Amino acid sequence: MELVPIGLMGLLGFMVIAALIAVEAEDLLSAVVCLGATGFGLALVDLLLQAPDLAIVQMVVEILCVVVLIRVVLTRRDTVRAAPRDSLAPGVVVMCLGLLMAACGYCFGALRPFGEPLFGTGGTMADAYIQTGLDRVGAVNYVTSVLLDFRAYDTLGEATVIFVSIVGTYAVLRQVGRMDDGIGQ
Amino acid sequence: MESASDGPGGMSLIVKTVSRLVASFILLFGLYIVVYGHLTPGGGFAGGVIMASSFVLMLLAFGGAFVASFVSQRAPALWDCLGALAFLLVAVSGYFGGAFFRNLFAKGEPFHLLSAGTIPLSNIAIGVKVAASLFGVYLALAAFRLTQVPKER
Repeated sequence: MELVPIGLMGLLGFMVIAALIAVEAEDLLSAVVCLGATGFGLALVDLLLQAPDLAIVQMVVEILCVVVLIRVVLTRRDTVRAAPRDSLAPGVVVMCLGLLMAACGYCFGALRPFGEPLFGTGGTMADAYIQTGLDRVGAVNYVTSVLLDFRAYDTLGEATVIFVSIVGTYAVLRQVGRMDDGIGQ
Repeated sequence: MESASDGPGGMSLIVKTVSRLVASFILLFGLYIVVYGHLTPGGGFAGGVIMASSFVLMLLAFGGAFVASFVSQRAPALWDCLGALAFLLVAVSGYFGGAFFRNLFAKGEPFHLLSAGTIPLSNIAIGVKVAASLFGVYLALAAFRLTQVPKER
């Protein structure tokens, strides 16, 4: 067996164990540290799979997330022991998800087969990107040309998701301009 | 040498000295990752996060009061909105070429900084947006709470 798959399996096992500890840990700080371990494991997996773009993003996002989360955890110490939940609500949610997946499976049957390119160069989608990317876009980094040209709508959607979530965070946490509605009295 | 950065708050003198030396280089590296996003691995998102982490380093090392002396709580939100607007403008400018997100500038020569049409502009817009928004989230989650004046009951 080659070295890379063994390393991948080891990293995946490490990530699963760290995620389980993060869920089960009683101390919030240990949970944050285990979450960081999971993220760095994912960054190493990206490096092993030869995806430096993803690895850079995963690494820096993980560093910043861990710093922010540790800071937040250290400033507020409100570890609450959760009461055992009833099983009705999760059951309903799982059933709805199953219905959604069934509907998706039905609808996706009408789509173009996976990997078949729209450009008509033959071969798979990845081949089409590699063959025509430089002529169509002019960017040497093909990951960027996929992100910001071929699949720019997806990037716009992702940027919108970040934007909305950050604006929501501001709206919840700001102090300037907040109306005193007397609820917290 | 007395300056505002020597005031109370923040971490020890060693941390302050090292981060004073390092923070600008981290910012520069983030700028490089953003601007060269179409030539080397990286791009707007990764570079933006690196720039945000240099701001966060300054905030951690020197304390909230020092950073509040030149960054208002409103500034990250403003730059966040400006970056998002710039990215949208790049997308809408494609209508001059006929379609949303049409890459209407000249392709340029491969391996040159000025190549790939609108992609560097999109990268810069996303970089500004991500840097401002992530620094703003850190301010909102950690620093707003610290500067909060307890209300009289």
